[in-house]
Amino acid sequence: MSTEAIDQKVIKKPAEPLLSKRRKKLISDPLVDDNPITIQILGICSALAVTTQLQPTLVMALSVIFVVAMSNLAISILRNSIPSRIRIIAQLAIVATLVTVVSELLKAFQYDMYKQLSVFIGLIVTNCIVMGRLEAFAMGNKPYDSVLDGFGQALGYAWIILAVAFFREILGSGSFFGFPVYDTLAGWMGMNSLATNGLMVTPVGAFMILGIIVWVQRHLTKYVEN
Amino acid sequence: MQQSNKYIIIFSVILTVACGLLLSGSSQLLGPIQQKAIELDTKKQILGAVMSADEIGAMSPEEITAYYENHIASTVVNIDGEEVTEVEGTAVTAETVDIGSNYKRAPEERLYPVFIYHEEGNPENVSAYILPLYGAGLWNAIWGYMALQSDLNTIEGVTFSHAGETPGLGARIVEEGVQQRYKGKEIWGDGGQLESVIMMKGEGRDYSNDPHKVDGLSGATITAVGVNNMLKNYLGYYEAFLNKLREGSDAKMAVNN
Repeated sequence: MSTEAIDQKVIKKPAEPLLSKRRKKLISDPLVDDNPITIQILGICSALAVTTQLQPTLVMALSVIFVVAMSNLAISILRNSIPSRIRIIAQLAIVATLVTVVSELLKAFQYDMYKQLSVFIGLIVTNCIVMGRLEAFAMGNKPYDSVLDGFGQALGYAWIILAVAFFREILGSGSFFGFPVYDTLAGWMGMNSLATNGLMVTPVGAFMILGIIVWVQRHLTKYVEN
Repeated sequence: MQQSNKYIIIFSVILTVACGLLLSGSSQLLGPIQQKAIELDTKKQILGAVMSADEIGAMSPEEITAYYENHIASTVVNIDGEEVTEVEGTAVTAETVDIGSNYKRAPEERLYPVFIYHEEGNPENVSAYILPLYGAGLWNAIWGYMALQSDLNTIEGVTFSHAGETPGLGARIVEEGVQQRYKGKEIWGDGGQLESVIMMKGEGRDYSNDPHKVDGLSGATITAVGVNNMLKNYLGYYEAFLNKLREGSDAKMAVNN
């Protein structure tokens, strides 16, 4: 052992590139293999509630990405100074502050969306993904990696809720981002209107679409729960 | 990880102060912008009683503000229909009256704003009178604006908003299709008494022959009852004002004849 200690020279490792393979995986894993909604089954509540139309869902997705990435950054920077006994409270304080700032920004610049999303922006605080990533990653990793992880996880969440919203809006209201698709199609086919599926507008429909997406995705990735 | 109590307390205090500063700072900064957004939204709701949602959606914020300046005059009345211009020394305009906080006072003590939709540049040529309404839905407050044509009887249009009704059920009062049901209905009955308009239970029936009934919302009866009460109450509060207006225009017509 002593010979090894003498022979070893301290070699400075080159700095990891900003988007190294490991870091790219932080962003790409949560999109499919480690998706917070379909694999980890987190953040389902808002996936059911806001996804009736695509536009509020997009605003929600962007808000969650901002909150998760920024809170990951803040907690990661503070990770060595937060006393472990008030760890959860401190995390909660930071997340709640960020969510309130997002809510105030929406109220100032996108008042219509703010009215439509009303209480759900505040409920981002309760979204399991936010606190989950803080505990699982940000408390033990460096700031830049934490931001990437937060961004990746929130992106995984975002594309799933956008997919659910896409199906719910087109089947439940016959529109896409407000554009009346069903009416246009009906016009082409010479019909009065196409029937929309009322179930899709309720959370029950959201549950069903979500279940189908989880099923399809796990089938394609051959994921098996332990 | 530092574990001493003193460290924990100091950390908590610093964290709280930092978060507090961030929140109050953003609140101060964004306050004026939010105020403008809320005013613009109120104007859109008032205009929504006389214009369709599509028309308003096509206008930019500057256009909406300009249109509002040119077409909407306002006044404030009390429960007896008399105009009120100041309360205890402070001037009162329709835009400064907070309908929500007014609701907490007894009806006799409230201030009732009236918005007058007139032809551009000609305040004498009135197209509609827009009355703000406020009430209680199932979960939280509901409010809206009702526009009456110059005969003070036929409804030109309504807009409704809510604070927390159930999406897909009570929240449907904001839908254009639901609000359109009130267009053309009448508020005064045959005997000259105030009848208001009632939203019936159940959906899908045709009430085009009844000037005082509109189709309901399936699954949202309690919200509908809230809407009915809101209309009945507020039309009652404005009744004195409306009667004064009718006497005034009758007198004008008598003079012209």
